[in-house]
Amino acid sequence: MIPAAFEYTRPSSVDGAVQALAEGGEDAKILAGGQSLIPMLRLRFAAPSVLVDLGGVGGMRDIHDDGEHIVVGAMATHHDVMSNQLIREHAPLIAQATATVADRQVRHLGTFGGSLAHADPAGDLPGVASALDATFEVAGPSGRRMVSASEFFVDYLTTAMEPDELLVAVHIPKLTGWGTHYEKFNRVAQAWALVGVAAAVRRSNGTITEARVALTNMGTTPVRAHGVEEALADAPADEGTLRDAAARAAEGTSPTSDLSASADYRAHLATVLTRRALHAAGGL
Amino acid sequence: MTVTEHGSGTEVGRDRRRKEDARLITGRTMWTENITLPGMLHLAILRSPMAHARISHVDVSPARHLPGVIDAFCGRDIADIQGALACAWPVTEDTVVPDYPPLAVDEVRHTGEPVAVVAARDRASAQDALEAIEIDYEPLPVVMDMEAALTADSPLVHSAQGTNKSYTWIFDSAEAGTGGAVADAEAEAEVVLSRRYRQQRLVPAFMEPRSVVVDPTGDQITMWSATQIPHILRLMLAMCTGTPEHKIRVIAPDVGGGFGGKLQITPEEFITFAAARRLNRPVKYVESRSESMLSAHHGRDQIQDITLSARGDGTITGLSVKLLANMGAYLGIVTPGVPILGAFMFNAIYKVPAYRFECTGVFTNTTKTDAYRGAGRPEATYAIERLMDELAAELDLDPIELRRRNWINHDEFPYTTVAGLTYDSGNYEAATDHAMQLFDYDALRREQAERRASGDPIQLGIGVSTYTEMCGLAPSRILGQLRYGAGGWESASVRMLPTGKVEVVTGTSPHGQGHETAWSQIVADQLGVPFEDVEVLHGDTRTSHKGLDTYGSRSLAVGGTALVNACQKVVDKAKPIAAHLLECDPSDLEFTDGQFRVKGSPSSAKTLADCALAVFTSHEMPDGVEPTLDADATYDPDNFSFPHGTHLCATEVDTETGRVTIRSYVAVDDVGRVVNPLIVEGQVHGGIAQGVAQALYEEAVYDADGNLMTGTFVDYTVPSPADLPDFVTGRTETPAPGHPLGAKGVGEAGTIASTPAVVNAVVDALRPAGVTDVAMPCTPERVWQAIQAAQQKSATEGGDR
Repeated sequence: MIPAAFEYTRPSSVDGAVQALAEGGEDAKILAGGQSLIPMLRLRFAAPSVLVDLGGVGGMRDIHDDGEHIVVGAMATHHDVMSNQLIREHAPLIAQATATVADRQVRHLGTFGGSLAHADPAGDLPGVASALDATFEVAGPSGRRMVSASEFFVDYLTTAMEPDELLVAVHIPKLTGWGTHYEKFNRVAQAWALVGVAAAVRRSNGTITEARVALTNMGTTPVRAHGVEEALADAPADEGTLRDAAARAAEGTSPTSDLSASADYRAHLATVLTRRALHAAGGL
Repeated sequence: MTVTEHGSGTEVGRDRRRKEDARLITGRTMWTENITLPGMLHLAILRSPMAHARISHVDVSPARHLPGVIDAFCGRDIADIQGALACAWPVTEDTVVPDYPPLAVDEVRHTGEPVAVVAARDRASAQDALEAIEIDYEPLPVVMDMEAALTADSPLVHSAQGTNKSYTWIFDSAEAGTGGAVADAEAEAEVVLSRRYRQQRLVPAFMEPRSVVVDPTGDQITMWSATQIPHILRLMLAMCTGTPEHKIRVIAPDVGGGFGGKLQITPEEFITFAAARRLNRPVKYVESRSESMLSAHHGRDQIQDITLSARGDGTITGLSVKLLANMGAYLGIVTPGVPILGAFMFNAIYKVPAYRFECTGVFTNTTKTDAYRGAGRPEATYAIERLMDELAAELDLDPIELRRRNWINHDEFPYTTVAGLTYDSGNYEAATDHAMQLFDYDALRREQAERRASGDPIQLGIGVSTYTEMCGLAPSRILGQLRYGAGGWESASVRMLPTGKVEVVTGTSPHGQGHETAWSQIVADQLGVPFEDVEVLHGDTRTSHKGLDTYGSRSLAVGGTALVNACQKVVDKAKPIAAHLLECDPSDLEFTDGQFRVKGSPSSAKTLADCALAVFTSHEMPDGVEPTLDADATYDPDNFSFPHGTHLCATEVDTETGRVTIRSYVAVDDVGRVVNPLIVEGQVHGGIAQGVAQALYEEAVYDADGNLMTGTFVDYTVPSPADLPDFVTGRTETPAPGHPLGAKGVGEAGTIASTPAVVNAVVDALRPAGVTDVAMPCTPERVWQAIQAAQQKSATEGGDR
């Protein structure tokens, strides 16, 4: 299909983008890599009055090390991210999960920030960002602010950003001494996850000292599996512990039922996939 | 005289890279969508959001005033010129064939049915203007389910017809004299197995969406269309709109795939034709992918009740089949005939003493169904091959051993089946032995036993499919007996150009198959000219005025024979001319490697090119010889061709998640003599992929209100190479005896064979868990639920004991 008519602007700075958003009003929409927005425009599910294309904003694709964090510019493409040495070293979970996103063409156009700001609960990166306790750097008319992952994802396709704000960068805490794994389950290779599990496990002398588990597509936002995390805190790193902990994966979740999978099946998958993710992340 | 190097008769059988691929892959060619004509307008079509409704009010005038818009119209506006779409295959005398207006006039019967049209200077303006059209619908009750549709109080898709039944077609071997009575067989059998299988609805999902351009210049109207059937399209445009046939030219330029999905005369073609005549300007319509998924015809969609009776040793004694076939809301060009093609294939490669087949075509408020790769034959093959595995399990026999006990042995050909076909050739033993060896059948069975014994959460399953199919459509006489509206012959012309180059005109209409390459190879051998010197022309009714197009794996089997015959005529015509040039008697000449040589005097020779130049100048022609080498041939086959083969699939089934992974896949196909092994390999790979897609991935789903839920490739999950295994392929070659090339056809074989091989493997993996069937597509959730249900059943039964 062909999108409805819209205005288009391509600012060259973050401030310019913020201004363009303000001028565009409620119907303005940010265009990053376009891998979610363009299909929605073509199907006429979305009809914004103006598209603010961030493609011309300098520096937004940079990925750098600020000491405690790896800072990923929102316009870094999936390919930029998964092939970046800092990411591979300090946040391999992101590199691994990003490699499962859609297909090669999408990964070369789609952006890290765009995927997070789109906040599709079936997307892989919100869950990963959630498991890693990432922080979101948001710019708006009154300057910049930092939002934690637990506050960023508010609802289905909805974030804590105001309509006049945009995502500038994501700060990823470096994980040293952790094992991580993303376990994704989908119908066909390039499809969204029916369920995904992002797990990070820290071990010490046969004990799991800490675990973080976030679930993809088990609710309207990425969900932290707190029951699993509790069960694993300072627990022995053995098969039985992982199994018992993983059995709690679906606690408190409210997955949807759709053509791809029923809610019950998703809940079941969450437990199996969590066990497998923990297994891999924990190096068992 | 120049002596040129000529081919040595070795083109056929050679791996030739395809001539057409560079332009097809780069897109630097003429697709219908690329065509731009002066003053051309673009159409956008408004489609019904309702599955069944009366159109109570339409006002297109608000759209007419929008920027760029030239015209807007609804069904009433063109009711007198749009014509009606026809069904060419009413399979019984009393088949119900409802009226089928291209643009709905009073009533819509499925979502996506065209209801109004905008013509604008550009496509975007046309699309925007659709939103201004005012249309009111009075909802009518919807019927989606075939069994519900046949009940007395069901809502009617076509109220004027008084029924949702299109037809019931019956074949009974006792009545036909080809076998015994099924009732007797079932009464006497030691084992009777009955199963119900569902052929889910599929979307053909060709790569290039359908598009059409119509140019009315003077009283000639030219239509370009992304179609498989330009010749049939021209005929139907003439017959159904009243436009004289000689005033219509149809061109299928390069076409990006079809799989049967473009074996159709579409409402969109008729609407565009009507718009061009109404506006007297060139117009173009290009569908979006969403429109394609929604409104291009779908495939499959049958409920199959099948009963097999057998002796205790596995010998089949009878087979009965009762089908419900979903027609959709209207009948397309061959909609009713598709399941009937399956009638001849349920007995497959087996010696079946008694057979009964009954099929009822049912109308529902869905997009019409029609041909999709295999068309009736994959459905039949699936049901019988699934049931053969079930019978093997019931009798505790190896599934291959059961097949051996029942199949037609290679020394029993030609063999007339219980369905009345005469299979000309085959060697099921050889294909199966070869497949088992490539597969390492015994080793996989051992591994399966080990995994079962250890309770491995990943279970191994082995699926068998020994198939045959009838293709090379088709002997006109048989098509006539089946009430098909046309014949099954094919035509070819060979034109010798003065420089010795060759133009070949074929009546087949390739849309990705590689005819230009294969036809060139055939001509190179037949005429002894270089492969590069042959140009293959197709798809334009002005150059190729005669043909029946491409579907049903017919092009090489039928069109290739016509081509060989035309080449023979060229040689026959050249012979007296060569004799004249060599000043000898024609009977002294032999034709080898492109040269006429005087027997016993090899240095005296004339090439075909010499003869072509001699004909061109005509300075020195023998008396009474017409100065041309050009020749036409039309060939009507005596029989179908019967490719066959054995496909073996090993699946790993994750019993915790239900995910099925194909571990290995072996396909041994016997497609007769092979013209180009590379093309055959490609056809087999693509065919298997589409068959696997039905087994594991694809399903078109409607909700209860008639909305298509799988309207995009997000929900309609077509597998990619990342989802498919490496295919191990092998061939046996049993040449088709009735064919000068020995070729049988390969376009559909992989699709027909692979679906049951995969599902048999899934069920085989889970049989120890008590699973006896998984509905297609075998999604992870369905597999998981089948395991849960079997566990519950076994727990309940355990409790009863």
